[in-house]
Amino acid sequence: MMRIVKGNEAAAIAAKLAKPDVVAAYPITPSTDFPEKIAEYVANGELPHTQFIPVESEHSAMSACIGASAAGARACTATSSQGLELMHEMLFIASGMRLPIVLYNANRALSAPINIWCDHQDSISARDTGWIQFYGENNQEALDLMLMSFRIAEDPRVLLPAMTCIDAFICTHTFEPVDIPSQEEVDAFLPPYKPTHVKLDPDEPMTLGPFGVPEYYQEMRYAQHLAMKNAEKVIDEVFEDFERRFGRKYSKVSPYMVEDAEIVLITLGSVSGTTKEFIDKMRKEGKKIGMVKLTVLRPFPFRELIPLIKNARVVATLERNISLGYGGAIYADLAGTLINEEKRPLLIDFILGLGGRDITFNDLEEIVKVCEKLIRGERMERPVWIGVKKELVT
Amino acid sequence: MSETTSLLASGHRACAGCGAAIAVRQVLEAAGPNTICVNATGCLEVTTTPYPQTAWRVPWIHVAFENAAAVASGIEAAYKALRAKGAIPKDKKPNVIAFAGDGGTFDIGLQALSGMLERGHNVLYVCYDNEAYMNTGIQRSSSTPFGAATTTSPAGKVIPGEMRKKKPIALIAAAHDIPYVATASIAFPADLKRKVKKALEVEGPSFLHILAPCPTGWRFGTEKTVEIARLAVETGVFVLYEITNENPLRPIVTKKIKDRKPVEEYLKLQGRFRHLFKPVKRQDIIDKIQEEVDRKCKLFGVDED
Amino acid sequence: MKIEPGGAIKEPGSSVAYKTGGWRTFKPVIDAEKCISCWICVGFCPDAAIKKTEKGKPPIIDYDYCKGCGICANECPKNAIEMIFEEK
Repeated sequence: MMRIVKGNEAAAIAAKLAKPDVVAAYPITPSTDFPEKIAEYVANGELPHTQFIPVESEHSAMSACIGASAAGARACTATSSQGLELMHEMLFIASGMRLPIVLYNANRALSAPINIWCDHQDSISARDTGWIQFYGENNQEALDLMLMSFRIAEDPRVLLPAMTCIDAFICTHTFEPVDIPSQEEVDAFLPPYKPTHVKLDPDEPMTLGPFGVPEYYQEMRYAQHLAMKNAEKVIDEVFEDFERRFGRKYSKVSPYMVEDAEIVLITLGSVSGTTKEFIDKMRKEGKKIGMVKLTVLRPFPFRELIPLIKNARVVATLERNISLGYGGAIYADLAGTLINEEKRPLLIDFILGLGGRDITFNDLEEIVKVCEKLIRGERMERPVWIGVKKELVT
Repeated sequence: MSETTSLLASGHRACAGCGAAIAVRQVLEAAGPNTICVNATGCLEVTTTPYPQTAWRVPWIHVAFENAAAVASGIEAAYKALRAKGAIPKDKKPNVIAFAGDGGTFDIGLQALSGMLERGHNVLYVCYDNEAYMNTGIQRSSSTPFGAATTTSPAGKVIPGEMRKKKPIALIAAAHDIPYVATASIAFPADLKRKVKKALEVEGPSFLHILAPCPTGWRFGTEKTVEIARLAVETGVFVLYEITNENPLRPIVTKKIKDRKPVEEYLKLQGRFRHLFKPVKRQDIIDKIQEEVDRKCKLFGVDED
Repeated sequence: MKIEPGGAIKEPGSSVAYKTGGWRTFKPVIDAEKCISCWICVGFCPDAAIKKTEKGKPPIIDYDYCKGCGICANECPKNAIEMIFEEK
């Protein structure tokens, strides 16, 4: 059924369709609609079994989800920016305890300075936490990826928590037509959560979260690593099943016009849509530009990505994040892979769109110009900042 | 209560004479095996679950230091949801007990505790209070009593130990207007167990503050743990009381003391108060402690007429 | 041994494999004549190392786990327990 909804509501609808047992969430702009919607559904009896816990902080939100998941419940939450940071230690714990919690993150910039608009620093800084990370381009993807998160996380071969990241305001607060599946369709796609690996049940007493001494800690971490590797396969399976049932195709990486591209732009999130249109414009002008949208950032899609980009002259990563003192995260993740390839393009990261700064065709044109310089043999310092009013600072 | 039935098994690595271990055994004996335990990081958690061994014979989860109350909230809610949807029988209602030390309760865990109490989760929160961050090496907490020496409130040439008052945690819990709050001492096991049972009977949150002396941190011979827990009550240093729905927000003393002993008898047995006696007797501090205890006992009505 | 996901320990009370009896320097010895089977010592042992038997008999100490803390001896109302220095 088609409805016009904002991104936050699309994610909440997905969570509703998944029939969570426990939603423990704390409001933070711009993801607040999610807990508000869940509270509304519960208050109206639309989620008769769901317990909505209005916790007193994001740290407690993830803590309560962990307790609930360990007790055998399907648990999910939503947050953004400072909230994701506040629950940072709990993210590692959720993964280490192998609890398939689902989190909806509205990608918002981090303080300081405080800023409520879109950038990716929050979830990017969480990419080491052992969570599966999805990035959605639009509201349809918000709903679909959230639904798939439950299925992938709960797969017995995976048992890792998963987050779906959607751009603040650009998607969360923009109304778009979204195809909402029926409850029956979702029930067929996503069976109820029945854990066998953990439970808190007096009939079968287990100790969860023991003191992991050096003799065994490394093996426990290795087991998570194996689970993350399994996720690579499970994600593909679930994408395929999803397409079969709902007619929408998802891939870890989505190439556009890369076959003969000299310059390939790598994108994450809503800027992918802008970039696609930009490439159409470039192609009309005879420029050989292509792009690859990343939908999955963890596990990092090395295998899928390399063949798509290795023949380009330059690969440019569009970074709505920066690791100060180094550069962009996608660049870093990619550079580590490309370095061992015999045939490899030049790689360069562009910092742009921070703190909600819109990414325009002008910005993308500037990126292309820089890439063309690189192709001509010029070398420059990286990362390259786009759209900065340098005169205000220098 | 023998070894085979004790819900906290032998073989755990707690210090000889550990007050916390005694407290947990007493609580679990009253609670029974139909209990899920949440445990904050601390002495109890670390000494009872060195992988791959566990001393727990009930379902148990440890997550982090500051969130025992939040984790317990999630478990309680999960059981509500699972019962509501028929995934488990409607009468499957295990006790949910959160165990945390004074560190994980008074300080870093206070926010989560407050949230859980305010939201009304059906959880019993037990604070085993050894009056310092013992697991990390005896650093002060807001539970460390006036005059006690810890590594971060040492008895120095200028400052003689902890100069702040102990935070009244049970009163803070009671201020949330919850159905049941009580204080207990391991030296009075019948009283402690009665309070556990009462707490588990009420629908909604309950809070139990148990004084659990620590031979290692308080510096006394391991055989004196229970003796000191008794003296704390007999000197009025630790008041045993309940706050229930019958008398909301009013502590009712459950053990009145006849011929209350002077605090000095309690202080002189513990190395953490040694600086009050040697090299020179700090009568001024001892008097201050006595004054405060007298004031508190008058306020609560501890003394038996 | 296989490590369960998340390090979950599925055998309750498996700590009994570790005999803490090796920790002690003094060991408690019960004088059966003085013992009145009140079981106060059983309740106070931090390690569940004293087992209740039956009325008229003294409790049994499990020396595999007794850490020799001496609480039982200190609390016994009849001074029926003595802490004896243990020769290794």
